[in-house]
Amino acid sequence: MKIEILNDKFDPWEAIVEYKRNDLQNNPSIGASSVFLGTVRDFNDDEKVESLFLEHYPEMTEKYLSQLVNEAIKKHKIIDGLVIHRVGSLKPTDPIVVVATWSEHRASAFDATRDIMESLKSEAPFWKKENNGKGFKWIKPADSSNIENEES
Amino acid sequence: MNICVKYFASIRDEMGIETKNIQVCEDLSVNDLLNQLIKNESIARTALVAVNHKYVDRNFKLKDGDEVAFFPPVTGG
Repeated sequence: MKIEILNDKFDPWEAIVEYKRNDLQNNPSIGASSVFLGTVRDFNDDEKVESLFLEHYPEMTEKYLSQLVNEAIKKHKIIDGLVIHRVGSLKPTDPIVVVATWSEHRASAFDATRDIMESLKSEAPFWKKENNGKGFKWIKPADSSNIENEES
Repeated sequence: MNICVKYFASIRDEMGIETKNIQVCEDLSVNDLLNQLIKNESIARTALVAVNHKYVDRNFKLKDGDEVAFFPPVTGG
């Protein structure tokens, strides 16, 4: 398992290929690889997004993500999982998060990747603020409105 | 007893402080602490709480040396 929190832009595809080649040693039991990649959109709620800033709780984040991957390994009997998440400043098209899982058969890899990603979205301690060109706003989860922030 | 309180994201901005060490009475619950520190009702109602980097519920009893983090609903991914 690998959990990584990065301050700088990364190439998710390179990271996945390297992990499978080097850490998983191209394990021949793997029959399925499932990947979710999240990238920054240039709009949100009908407003443009010029940039994002992502904050996290460093002492808690990696432990929490490790727990999610361990739960997925137990529940779905996957072979392994990888989560990479960005923090700091991001621009539209930048990768924010990659979740990859490997298993013998496709169903468990699909399910594990979705479970990890859904739990990450609702539980992992990350917070986004978006710059729409007029200043930054903290983003609330999808069902609530944004908090105006005086920071510009 | 002594505890360390941390605020994150919009709650930190609202409180105007990131971290503080405070003395509190024995047997204090997370909810008691929340009510003492966060006066904005909307923020207090929706705040998530972690003690020593694990989520806890509002009835959790604090111990000497705990690190208590208050933060808004998460928005990663």
